[in-house]
Amino acid sequence: MVRIRNLYFGYSKRVPLFQDLSLTLERGRIYGLLGKNGAGKSTLLKNIVGLAFPVAGSCEVLGQPAARRLPSVLADLFFLPEEVDVPTVTAARFVEHTAGFYPKFDHEALARYLSEFEVPAHAVLSALSFGQQKKFVIAFALAANTSLLVMDEPTNGLDIPSKVQFRKIVASALSDERCVIISTHQVRDLESLIDTVLVLHGQRIVLNADLGELGERLRFGSVPEADDTALYAERTALGAQVIRPNHGGVPERVDLELLFNALVSEAPALAHYLTQNQPAHESVL
Amino acid sequence: MDFKNNEAIYLQIAGYVSELILRGKWPPDFKIPSVRELAADLQVNPNTVMRTYELLQSQEVLYNKRGIGFFVAPAAAEQVLAQRRERFLTQELPDVFATMRLLGIGLPEVQRRYEEFNQTQPISAS
Repeated sequence: MVRIRNLYFGYSKRVPLFQDLSLTLERGRIYGLLGKNGAGKSTLLKNIVGLAFPVAGSCEVLGQPAARRLPSVLADLFFLPEEVDVPTVTAARFVEHTAGFYPKFDHEALARYLSEFEVPAHAVLSALSFGQQKKFVIAFALAANTSLLVMDEPTNGLDIPSKVQFRKIVASALSDERCVIISTHQVRDLESLIDTVLVLHGQRIVLNADLGELGERLRFGSVPEADDTALYAERTALGAQVIRPNHGGVPERVDLELLFNALVSEAPALAHYLTQNQPAHESVL
Repeated sequence: MDFKNNEAIYLQIAGYVSELILRGKWPPDFKIPSVRELAADLQVNPNTVMRTYELLQSQEVLYNKRGIGFFVAPAAAEQVLAQRRERFLTQELPDVFATMRLLGIGLPEVQRRYEEFNQTQPISAS
């Protein structure tokens, strides 16, 4: 679906954002892209959708270089930017003018999503509140039914009930044919929705792993005192939050915040453990 | 549904499905919600629910009719009970033992309280 090899990119030559970055994304998965502020999450997404071009290396979508922006590729991908910009037309008019670019557009699904989000179909889009505009574009993005759906911080600006609706709709919209990438720094919003976690750090993808597999390999918990079995430890007032190897124990729920902190602090023990005996699923460390 | 403890989400969902079967809400041969329906309802990834259903199928709690969906197995309740017993004995009981040791509580005291419990708390349907 998406194949990035040895990507170099920077808006200025002196400040490279990505160096030798490689990443493969498959159909049938919802990827959560995590990274610190300024790590380049949005820029990576822009490379994938053909809005930024590699300085070196390759970025292919559906077997074609993303930067070529072939109509056949653009018809099968949708990019939802963090800040949406809607024209001064009604929702119905917008759909009439725009849905035609997406051959698999599902009008019934759109009606269902808009009613779940409680967005009026006859209102002028630019007159809606920011949250309502965003929900309209999310509904449109999902209804476009493209093989690749890229969403940059989609839950920003959504109220609590809308976040719930968002998770329900995305969960119901995934199919074996679709690949969904969601970038976020609000891990808690999405931790049960994503199945694969991507961590962007230090100009590269440092983790691309299935959450189920991580839960079989790692244990997360609080202990009175971290000992040398810990792959990573974070001191708290009452002891430590630790990540330990899970040797055939009960599969655990991955604590994404702790895992993220461990990866961006470059805990060598964790990195070493994750790279050895790597399961079939690709992980670049 | 709230996912709070450390157990993988697919196992927590399996526990929730098992509970419905034990309580008779999902009787034998009942067609359970599709992967997509349950995923949307619980706001979780469909692959997670698929994993739950595959696990329960391997434990002979559910069966799959190709192209139709998942159904509750005729002997599902017995299977669930067997799983729950195994889980209590291998996972929950060691935690209880650890706490007993930490607090210096011996088996005789536990036995006495268990007998008391049986006398004061009648067996309920659930």
